[in-house]
Amino acid sequence: MDLLEFARGPALKVSVGIFCLGVVWRIAAVAGLRIRRELSPARTSVLRYVGDGLVAIGSRSWPHPEFIKRTGAGEALGYSYHLGLFTIILLYGPHIALLDSLFGFTWPCLPSSLITGIAVVTLTLFVGVLFRRVTSPVIRMLSNFDDYFTWFITMSVLVTGLATSAHLGARYETLLAIHILSVDALLVWFPFGKLMHAFYIFPSRAINGAILARKGAPS
Amino acid sequence: MSTPLEQHSSGQARLPEERVAGAMQSFSREIGAMSAFRLESCIHCGMCADACHYYIATEDPQYTPIWKVEPFKQAYKREAGAFAPVFRWLGLKRAVTAAQLTQWRHLLFDSCNLCGRCSLICPMGIDVTELIEQARHAMFDAGLAPAELYEKAAHQRLTGQPETSVEPYREQLTAIGARYDVAMPLDQTGVDIMLCVPRTDIVQYPAAVAALARVMTFLDVSFTFRSDALVAENYGHYAGSREWQRDISLRLIEQAIACGAKTLLVPECGHAYSVLRWEAADLYGAPLPFEVMAVSEYLAKELKAGRLKLEKALREDVTFQDPCQLTRKGGVQEAPRTLLRAMGVEIKEMQDHGMFSFCCGGGGGVVDIDSAAPLRYRTMETKLREIAATGATTLLTSCSDCRRTFDDANRHFADHSPAGSRSLSGPAGDAPAASLLELIAQHLHHETSI
Repeated sequence: MDLLEFARGPALKVSVGIFCLGVVWRIAAVAGLRIRRELSPARTSVLRYVGDGLVAIGSRSWPHPEFIKRTGAGEALGYSYHLGLFTIILLYGPHIALLDSLFGFTWPCLPSSLITGIAVVTLTLFVGVLFRRVTSPVIRMLSNFDDYFTWFITMSVLVTGLATSAHLGARYETLLAIHILSVDALLVWFPFGKLMHAFYIFPSRAINGAILARKGAPS
Repeated sequence: MSTPLEQHSSGQARLPEERVAGAMQSFSREIGAMSAFRLESCIHCGMCADACHYYIATEDPQYTPIWKVEPFKQAYKREAGAFAPVFRWLGLKRAVTAAQLTQWRHLLFDSCNLCGRCSLICPMGIDVTELIEQARHAMFDAGLAPAELYEKAAHQRLTGQPETSVEPYREQLTAIGARYDVAMPLDQTGVDIMLCVPRTDIVQYPAAVAALARVMTFLDVSFTFRSDALVAENYGHYAGSREWQRDISLRLIEQAIACGAKTLLVPECGHAYSVLRWEAADLYGAPLPFEVMAVSEYLAKELKAGRLKLEKALREDVTFQDPCQLTRKGGVQEAPRTLLRAMGVEIKEMQDHGMFSFCCGGGGGVVDIDSAAPLRYRTMETKLREIAATGATTLLTSCSDCRRTFDDANRHFADHSPAGSRSLSGPAGDAPAASLLELIAQHLHHETSI
């Protein structure tokens, strides 16, 4: 078994297994905790505040205009690199081919050259994110190992992906193996660190939105 | 030997590490799914700092709202998180120490008004205030509630008053009635409405107490005050004791039941409303057998029903301070403006108003904490500049603690502002902050019979 076979064979299977079990456990461990019963009468109907909670999942994606002056740059940076990552993952031809082989359906891709450009921009934004994390007194104070390691491992996937698509530095098979191994590592790390926000974002926004809506307060 | 109070709250006495460990384990056990989602979701983006008036005023990172619960995140991950045994086994999360908690007292009590503005900015939708309230419970358990709040809470729990007074509040209430020539029905039964009053109003703003009774008399509803449950504020809530908060709330609940009230009317006090409207039933253990309403929402309802008729005040020199616990956290947003519109008052809104309004700086018990005063004055500068920018000469509010905080700022900045600087001379120049309820009481429209 060569490195590439290992990366997309047993290593991928194990990492997907850890990812799935870890994510389920991480969510179950929180959802299984006590849920306090609210006995005060709601100002709105259950349908209304549950609905408002679900709306908050989407509406909280955009900051209130009152805050944009202070947070707009940070939000733009954050959303931009997320958009870049999702574009690369979902609209790059080889990724679509992989997903097609796994799930049996496909969709149009963007030209490779465009994806390469997006990847370079995303990589640059990623460097900007790290720069901001270490230079902003607030963010630096809040940051811990999780933040830096998650940045490193996501950056690794991005860099190895770019190197693979550009055939830079080694044989294509070797580069592809390293890229897949970096994805395996990301999947293994996912349930243990802040990448879990990809799942927590939904209940977190919904809970806050619903609780405030229940009181008739804005969110 | 130190007294229990000294042991509890001096911060000077050495804290037994076991007590801290117990408090943190208790915090972790009681965290619940909602708050666990909040703790787990934080992505360390720091945006909550940009909503907090303490950070905005000082640019000191320690005032970042989510940082205020950092030891509690640590405790949660060590004691109750999904990988808690791993964290403990590998020593990845150390136990929270007494020294750490002592250091955090300033962040949890002196520099947080529980105003909830940070919950509006968080991209993950985390309500940091809820976490801070739970952290305050652990601080109380660890013996670290500020002395001022602890003393008032202990006194209120035992006597119904948060402090001793030469004349009991009951007698002061009667005296206010005589002084302002308004009936103060006391300890009646079979009434529709039970009233309580902010301790701040009894002590500092008796005209607001009279205004409350005057408006109720005008509406011709049956109402009463109760000797054993006069005070609206809940210092147990401020101090962080869930048990004392419950005991203090129970005093009001039991009296409302005893007098057969259909409605417990919360006067102009934001935190009292939040505690009674949204938390009391949970502490009581069952839905309350009466309705809890803020006085402004009650009067707006009466206005809509045509029972409250108001004369025109026709003023254009007024700005309005939205009490956080009523507007942002309580859902009472339109009622004060509805009442003001009915009196022909045009509000000169502050830049940040309504749900985005900055806290007065005194909420969450902060106005009672002596050590918090210097930071509070510095923090209030943001709000005072916004008030000054409106050009209004009257600052109205519907919360006695807001009023008290602004009037205190008036005095402070009158003494400390640089010569010629009026921008920080307090709300609306040197005029004291005013009560919406008092304005309403002055503009009741009495029908004249022909």
